[in-house]
Amino acid sequence: MSTSAPVAQRPTPEPTKKPKRATSFNEGTGRLAAGLLSPTMLVLVLVVGLPILSALRESLYQSGQRIDESGFIIQGSEFVGLENYSAIFSGETGERFWNAFYNTTFFTVTCVLLETTLGVAMALVMHKAFKGRSIVRASILVPWAIPTVVSALLWKWIFQADGIANDLLGTQILWSTEGWQSVLSVIIADTWKTAPFIGLLVLAGLQTIPDEVYEAAKVDGAKVWSTFIHITMPLVKPALLVAVLFRILDTLRIFDLPFVLVGPNKESVETLSILAYLEANQTRYGPAAAYATLLFIYVAVVAYVFVKLLGADVFGDAIQRKPKKKNGNGGRGGRKQDASKTPVSPGVTAGGGGGGA
Amino acid sequence: MAVAVVGSLALLASACGGDDGSGGDSGSGGGTALEGRGPINFATGKDTSGNLTNQVNAWNSQHPDEKVTVTELPESADQQRAQMISNAQIKSDAFSVLNLDVVWTAEFAANRWITELPEDQFPDLNKLLPSTIDTAKYRDKLYAVPVTSDGGLLYYRKDLLDKAGVQPPKTWAEMQEACTKVKALPEAKTAGCYAGQFEKYEGLTVNFSEAVNGAGGVVVGDDGKPNVDTPEALEGLNFLVEGFKSGMIPRAAITYQEEPGRRAFQEGNLIFHRNWPYVYALAGKTDGSSKIAGKFGVAALPGKDGPGVSTLGGHNYAISEFAKNKATAADFIKFMSSEERQKANIEKTSQAPTWASLYDDPALNKQFPYLAPLKASIETAKSRPKVVKYGDVTTAIQEAAYGALTGTTPPKDALAGLQTKLSSLITQ
Repeated sequence: MSTSAPVAQRPTPEPTKKPKRATSFNEGTGRLAAGLLSPTMLVLVLVVGLPILSALRESLYQSGQRIDESGFIIQGSEFVGLENYSAIFSGETGERFWNAFYNTTFFTVTCVLLETTLGVAMALVMHKAFKGRSIVRASILVPWAIPTVVSALLWKWIFQADGIANDLLGTQILWSTEGWQSVLSVIIADTWKTAPFIGLLVLAGLQTIPDEVYEAAKVDGAKVWSTFIHITMPLVKPALLVAVLFRILDTLRIFDLPFVLVGPNKESVETLSILAYLEANQTRYGPAAAYATLLFIYVAVVAYVFVKLLGADVFGDAIQRKPKKKNGNGGRGGRKQDASKTPVSPGVTAGGGGGGA
Repeated sequence: MAVAVVGSLALLASACGGDDGSGGDSGSGGGTALEGRGPINFATGKDTSGNLTNQVNAWNSQHPDEKVTVTELPESADQQRAQMISNAQIKSDAFSVLNLDVVWTAEFAANRWITELPEDQFPDLNKLLPSTIDTAKYRDKLYAVPVTSDGGLLYYRKDLLDKAGVQPPKTWAEMQEACTKVKALPEAKTAGCYAGQFEKYEGLTVNFSEAVNGAGGVVVGDDGKPNVDTPEALEGLNFLVEGFKSGMIPRAAITYQEEPGRRAFQEGNLIFHRNWPYVYALAGKTDGSSKIAGKFGVAALPGKDGPGVSTLGGHNYAISEFAKNKATAADFIKFMSSEERQKANIEKTSQAPTWASLYDDPALNKQFPYLAPLKASIETAKSRPKVVKYGDVTTAIQEAAYGALTGTTPPKDALAGLQTKLSSLITQ
């Protein structure tokens, strides 16, 4: 309070002018910020905004679907309103859509759960100091470095009828046929490929946890498991949640693995992205854009809900702390103090956690 | 959130590729004169044979002012088609000559992406196999010139058949009989009897059509109307369905594309195998990659009561509607489809030619002993349906056949369903 008050008052002799002065200052910064950001914004509008709008527009049109008497496609596109959307939900296409919707959701939930569990385990292993750690780290990351299509091909060889999977298991499972086996093969391949991604992000999170916290816990006599639950998990949670969010968004768009590993037009593994691709491949761009738009909305809603529900817990930590301190300290001076305090705060939280155990 | 936006963008972007700039009708579908000379571009799938450069160099050395540059598209047919279509949709003149799969002709012609060719400018057409020319036509007008062809062949284990004292089969029943006899031999006990390509992809359409045609049925009749809900078609489909049920076709064959099937045959796990001519060279390799080198023979496909009917494969060269220098393009197509070039090509690549007399060339027959059965196969081969929405048609066929082969749909219902589906897709 005492530090911040003079800072705020020095340029503003009268308290009534304070907000005015602040706005003009903000305006200036705002303009500068806008100027500096405008190239980025322009690029974003060009590569993100316009394509989205163009796809939305495309989803309201149909073209090239009718043939004239001499056998030629009638050129030009026709405005059909929401027909492309209503077609998706009706009859056989509707069944196909909901099946793909279910598959997409199922893959997302199952794969992300598995990947998170394995990823955290990998991160803990990679974090431990032991001989040959760098080799373990590098080898765990290899699957993630391989392009998805290539890994899909690798798994296709593994899972083919006379492949190594059947040899090792001593089975004659036809993995690429309809049924649980194709679903399982996609889950295995996806988990193999992307668990390292979560591992990598969690590892980064682990490395920011100071050793003192663990020492304190040790002194307090905390067991390994309670140290993990009460210290590691809470402190690594922000990084973990970002990783999980990324994976959820990625898996909702899953395309290459089921498409290459199992093949198109297989009911068991057909996802929303595959439907959009197949429509576009038949040059039905309107319906394809409609599928893509629905997927876009689905992904956006899931991301929003995820950030709101889970994010509020974690990112909220940082967001909630700021206003509180601002209220307490008043003005910009608060931020300085805030910054100086940060190294202390994890210690405090973790110390509390360790003590409780 | 940003990730969601950027992530979905790729999809949305790919979906909006069809933004129609095509309000203006080119209106030049008819036999317009092919004019203009100069450098052109040849768009073709990845050249796995390695001989394309030689072919193009031969042209370039004779035509220094009309040089051909090759644009190699991806190896996957779907990707090739997608690139050619997007190129046509922006009316780009980047591709002059297109190397089209036989089943794309109708779609490209109906969309006016390729130019109609005046038949009188291609005097050598009557020297090509007639069945191949049929694939280059849409509504009786010529849009392309067939340069390579392809037909199915029956590969069989000559050593085992000889040992069992049986002749290569001409009918399905004979094949079954031969199989039983061969499997009585101790060394063939564990081998599967027969396999084609039954994975759910284009190969299944090919194999299903062959079964239906081989029993005297049709998928789409000569009048262009689907007629697949017939007793003949049912008999054809049942040959495959019963084959899977009885174990004559090994279970694993439902996952076979060309390559897994070829490997199974080369490993000695199959007695009879339906595949394309390319297998001949690979299965005959003596470097240890094939266990059956020198132990196999080739025959025409068997049918229900006599010789079978192959499905026609191959590639046709067409001129892009939006190309410049169409006169050069036409000359280049004539050059590539000429007897001399086709002969040079088969000698190097073993790709089946369309030039009829090459099949009777003694030297070539010595080099490629499968040419005689292949000629028979191609001459009687049937094209796949020539429809604009071919992608939907082949998907429907695969759906029906796969359902029947895996036992989820009774064959009769599968065909009835397919008939309904095809009728709604094909409105001629």
